[in-house]
Amino acid sequence: MTLTPLSPAPTAPLDLVHGRIDLTHGAGGRATAQLLDTLFKPAFANEWLAQGNDQALFSVPPGRLVMSTDAHVVAPLFFPGGDIGSLAVHGTINDVAMSGARPLHLAASFILEEGLPLADLARIVASLAQAARDAGVAVVTGDTKVVERGKGDGVFITTTGIGVVPDGLLISGDQARPGDAILINGTLGDHGIAILSQRAHLGFETVLQSDSAALHGLVADMIAAVPEIHCLRDPTRGGLATTLNELAHQSGVGMRIHEAAIPLQPAVIAACELLGLDPLYSANEGKLVAICPAAQAETLLATMRRHPLGTQAAIIGEVVADPLHFVQLRTRFGGERLLDWLTGEQLPRIC
Amino acid sequence: MKYVTEFRDQHLAHQLAQTIAAEVDPSRSYRLMEFCGGHTHAIFRYGVQQLMPPNLRFVHGPGCPVCVLPMARLDQALALLHEYDVTLCTYGDLLRVPASGRQTLLKAKAAGADVRMIYSTQDVLQIARTEPHRQIVFLAIGFETTTPPTAVLLEQARALQLKNLSVLCNHVLTPPALRAILTPSLEHAMPLDGILGPSHVSTIIGTAPYECVPRDFHVPVVIAGFEPLDVMQAALMLVRQLNAGRCVVENQYRRAVSAAGNLRARELMARVFVIRSSFEWRGLGFLPDSVLALAADYADFDAERRFPVSVITAPEPSGCDCPAILRGLKEPTQCRLFGSACTPDHPIGACMVSSEGACAAYWTHRAYLAPTAAAET
Repeated sequence: MTLTPLSPAPTAPLDLVHGRIDLTHGAGGRATAQLLDTLFKPAFANEWLAQGNDQALFSVPPGRLVMSTDAHVVAPLFFPGGDIGSLAVHGTINDVAMSGARPLHLAASFILEEGLPLADLARIVASLAQAARDAGVAVVTGDTKVVERGKGDGVFITTTGIGVVPDGLLISGDQARPGDAILINGTLGDHGIAILSQRAHLGFETVLQSDSAALHGLVADMIAAVPEIHCLRDPTRGGLATTLNELAHQSGVGMRIHEAAIPLQPAVIAACELLGLDPLYSANEGKLVAICPAAQAETLLATMRRHPLGTQAAIIGEVVADPLHFVQLRTRFGGERLLDWLTGEQLPRIC
Repeated sequence: MKYVTEFRDQHLAHQLAQTIAAEVDPSRSYRLMEFCGGHTHAIFRYGVQQLMPPNLRFVHGPGCPVCVLPMARLDQALALLHEYDVTLCTYGDLLRVPASGRQTLLKAKAAGADVRMIYSTQDVLQIARTEPHRQIVFLAIGFETTTPPTAVLLEQARALQLKNLSVLCNHVLTPPALRAILTPSLEHAMPLDGILGPSHVSTIIGTAPYECVPRDFHVPVVIAGFEPLDVMQAALMLVRQLNAGRCVVENQYRRAVSAAGNLRARELMARVFVIRSSFEWRGLGFLPDSVLALAADYADFDAERRFPVSVITAPEPSGCDCPAILRGLKEPTQCRLFGSACTPDHPIGACMVSSEGACAAYWTHRAYLAPTAAAET
């Protein structure tokens, strides 16, 4: 009998067609190693991951570092325009990029629920890896854990990103000043309504696509054209209305928004009419709010419109002095209303 | 969006506003009650009140289904969850409405109860068919608008002989509520001059059920759509009736409402439901013949029979002026809880929960109601 060296080599290949996650995949033994070697490492392949350590070692370029982390939970896991994998990349990259930073690296941590089809996991991992490659960032470290059936929702993904901010930039939520212009890079509410229409099986004839996208390329162009940008923020959960209230509160200012200037897709308007929802409180995953001095607004707008993720960019309002920090909306109808923080969760009205 | 944006046209609105301003009699006031929460929502969302002359005021009516549901009925639904471990399905609006002790369906769900938000009664049918081992209770709520879909569900359940589906029926009727509001009482210091009648409800019941209002109470009614131009046109029609001394039912919402309403829906409702002799409304008290119950043929699907719970009577929260606000006797800002203990984030009264409730509408638009008061807070 010939003895071979001990290795984590699996006894049978992973069944990516019919297989499912079970508790052994999280036990840290051969099954865990097999899952990592078969599914994760080839998808994310890069020199830092190849170091094979529990941490990634890398040198950083000069400048200030930013770091952000984001937990991603979404049902359904796959939706028109993306999935939880691509979303986990875009969400964190965008949070990093809203400081004006160039994203460098990502860490990704997966919580898998017992019973998750391996085919689904493979799709999600491939999508996450592709989104990272498209964005020019590497997933340099990560972790997986398995929880018992019923204790997760298929898969939860937490990603952490770091990036470097060029010297001289000061982009922060407290920098909005009265007189500044408020811009948005495109149509609002697409992600939230796309997810909702899938979740509720509403059966709309038009399939709404999530706007999930990495915005750092757009941000780089914007900063190159207008380094004086005061604030950038991605209006994710709570939508545009909530983000504007956050910025108004943080900067100690008020805002006046023009409803007629806000870009909206007809299908989103229709879905919101039917359900009694407001697209301004609906989530976005590929949108940013930019606030800059009024004198640079047209330059910034033109720059945004030249980028594929900003073709429908618009100036939607202005920052005003207001000790109450109200965000006020001039409606299409000619009236005024307060655009308040989102209360609870948006719930469809009865009639 | 076609057939919607046309009814939000800014230029037409200004023309209408000018016509109304020119036609109102400056020597009198016009207190017009919009019956529905949908009207209230439109009036606030589009700033319609600001476009009206100062002597024309909208008074907010009780036509918000979640606002008029008494706490006792929510307590009953919560008791079903606790005592029988049922799956309770209902519309999203209802999830945050406070029951006794500030309990809500949303909190019960967080504590482990099986509460599901549905968009359509067909979702309930689907759940009942795919989960035969669970008892599914549909907490049915709404005026005549949402009643036919519940009737359809009950017919389907009977045809399919579903043993795990039942309905906790809270379908209320509009005409008895209108009568209750108009019945003179000592409280009524300021009578109403006109009623903007329900829009969606009237697509079902038609215009005929409102004839009693001008006849018995000498108050004109104009059935009004839910878009801002609908509300303004209906206000103008009421002003013209009042100025001319006329008092009839008119229909502004002709693109959707006919005199007879939706005959098929009415037949269906008559087959599936009977009128219950008495029912408590939040704010209006016990009103006779004001709510629907399941007809004898459908009694097997009645959640109240299938899952008896002891009769619950819950007092309204102390200090809450929702009852007076629902009757148009008080403005939300006159309630001492408004904006302090009671906000949309922590509602005490039901009028603060739904975006159709008068209190929530006032809170959301507080910046424009009393700019000086708002500036002082």
